[in-house]
Amino acid sequence: MIVDLSRANAPLRRVPSSAIYVVSAFWAAWLFYLAATGGLGVEPIEALEHRYGLLALQMLIAVLAITPLRQFTGLSLLRFRRALGVSAFGFVLAHFLVWAILDVGTWDAIAADIIKRPYVTLGMAGFILLIPLALTSNDYALRRLGAIRWRRLHQLGYLATLFAAVHFIWLVKGLQFEPLIYTAILLFLLSLRLRSRKSRAA
Amino acid sequence: MAHRWKNDLSIADATPYAAYMNRRQIMAGAAGLIGATALGLGRATAQELVPNSWDEITSYNNYYEFGTEKQDPRRNAGRLTTSPWTIEVDGLVDNPGTYDLAELIGGLEVEERIYRFRCVEAWSMVIPWNGIELADILTRVGVQEGANYVAFETVMRPDEMPGLRYPVLDWPYREGLRLDEAMHPLTIMATGIYGRPIPNQNGAPIRLVVPWKYGFKSIKSISRITLTRDEPFASWNRANPREYGFYSNVNPEVDHPRWSQATERRVGAGLFAGRQPTLMFNGYEAEVASLYAGMDLTAYY
Ligand code: HEM
Repeated sequence: MIVDLSRANAPLRRVPSSAIYVVSAFWAAWLFYLAATGGLGVEPIEALEHRYGLLALQMLIAVLAITPLRQFTGLSLLRFRRALGVSAFGFVLAHFLVWAILDVGTWDAIAADIIKRPYVTLGMAGFILLIPLALTSNDYALRRLGAIRWRRLHQLGYLATLFAAVHFIWLVKGLQFEPLIYTAILLFLLSLRLRSRKSRAA
Repeated sequence: MAHRWKNDLSIADATPYAAYMNRRQIMAGAAGLIGATALGLGRATAQELVPNSWDEITSYNNYYEFGTEKQDPRRNAGRLTTSPWTIEVDGLVDNPGTYDLAELIGGLEVEERIYRFRCVEAWSMVIPWNGIELADILTRVGVQEGANYVAFETVMRPDEMPGLRYPVLDWPYREGLRLDEAMHPLTIMATGIYGRPIPNQNGAPIRLVVPWKYGFKSIKSISRITLTRDEPFASWNRANPREYGFYSNVNPEVDHPRWSQATERRVGAGLFAGRQPTLMFNGYEAEVASLYAGMDLTAYY
């Protein structure tokens, strides 16, 4: 353990995990309201698309950080992981819907963009990979699949998030740091996971 | 010698009404977002026909020397000192030298030009510029035989421009035009918007405006003008030649490798307005197409 944060565990246990859903839904609706009423600036379509996309990426990374966080600090947020993951998916879905409906607008253009634009293709691949994860984020699916198969399936979360991070690098103009930072954090988390797997195998 | 071009873009022409009306089929389904869509449309129709507001024009800018977010320039550009301002004029000119801005443009006619402005990122505005035809300035400094291009440079002041710390581009920002493009009566050096001095985030004290080209060609806060024989360095073109051509004429038929250029989002139209079609040469085809006669516009994009 690097720093001990385990004292926060007891009070956190009193927070219901459903709070994550409530806050996420409220946050998404609030951003939509702001965009519709001028609160996100003069070009709200792009602004809303970006806000949802960024929140989705941040939350996906947060989900992947929960296990290492417990290893290194003793802080256990495992109870919140499912709600955080499903909410992250909700933001991805909102991001996709804003893009498809409010931005691009026609079926032809949506299909053309997904096929022709590599960064959209990558985002789409990330989104599609997340669908089975969202659908199996419940006790019933966990029982049906069994813990081992379920865990293997959910390791796709790393790949989906990596796709999303590269999608972000690819879409900005010129060399910008923000997407590289997210990618670096993600690769760090991934390396921790691979290391712990190796040490378990040894 | 101004008034070579008559401003034909009235408020009603900002977007052809018919093009606006049929530009968009709203997809059925996905009810949650659609529900509110009906609310927004009426508002967008009214806004579509007028130039963008002062607030829109000055709060949504690409000026990477002040940061890469659209709101960064307004937030950070206040630090730029624009007076005194000098412009170095060199290369193949009769009267090279370092000119005080007033000296370079004093006495030349300032006109209002309401132009469409189309960014390579597929958003657009309509902006009422005040400016001087670049041709008048070039005539004043005397273009020499053998000059084929005009190169421009943005001022580079790390103390006043926080974005210069990041290697987003090879600073200073540079752009260029072919001489005939530079001499075209549509090409202006803008010093104002809505009759007021141009704000720093829009390129004070003087910037280029070439309305038929993507916005990044219209270089801001110019501190150097050079007449050259050969095609000059152009920042985005050099950073990524596949994505940003030297010409960068607005062309709905030639897509950017990463996104479509067929349509554009009109800034200020709201969350539910969707996209409008992009016009060939940004609507200035009649005026400028002849400059590119015989050129393959998919090769010289
Ligand atoms: C795993 C899922 C995804 C994540 C985490 C994600 C994340 C992001 C992020 C972080 C941004 C940049 C936001 C900013 O600049 O602040 C972005 C932009 C964007 N994403 Fe995604 N994305 C995902 C999936 C998709 C999908 C499925 C599509 C469409 C099919 C898509 C289309 C776009 C577009 C068009 C942009 C903005 C491009 C522009 O600036 O014009 N994304 N996304």
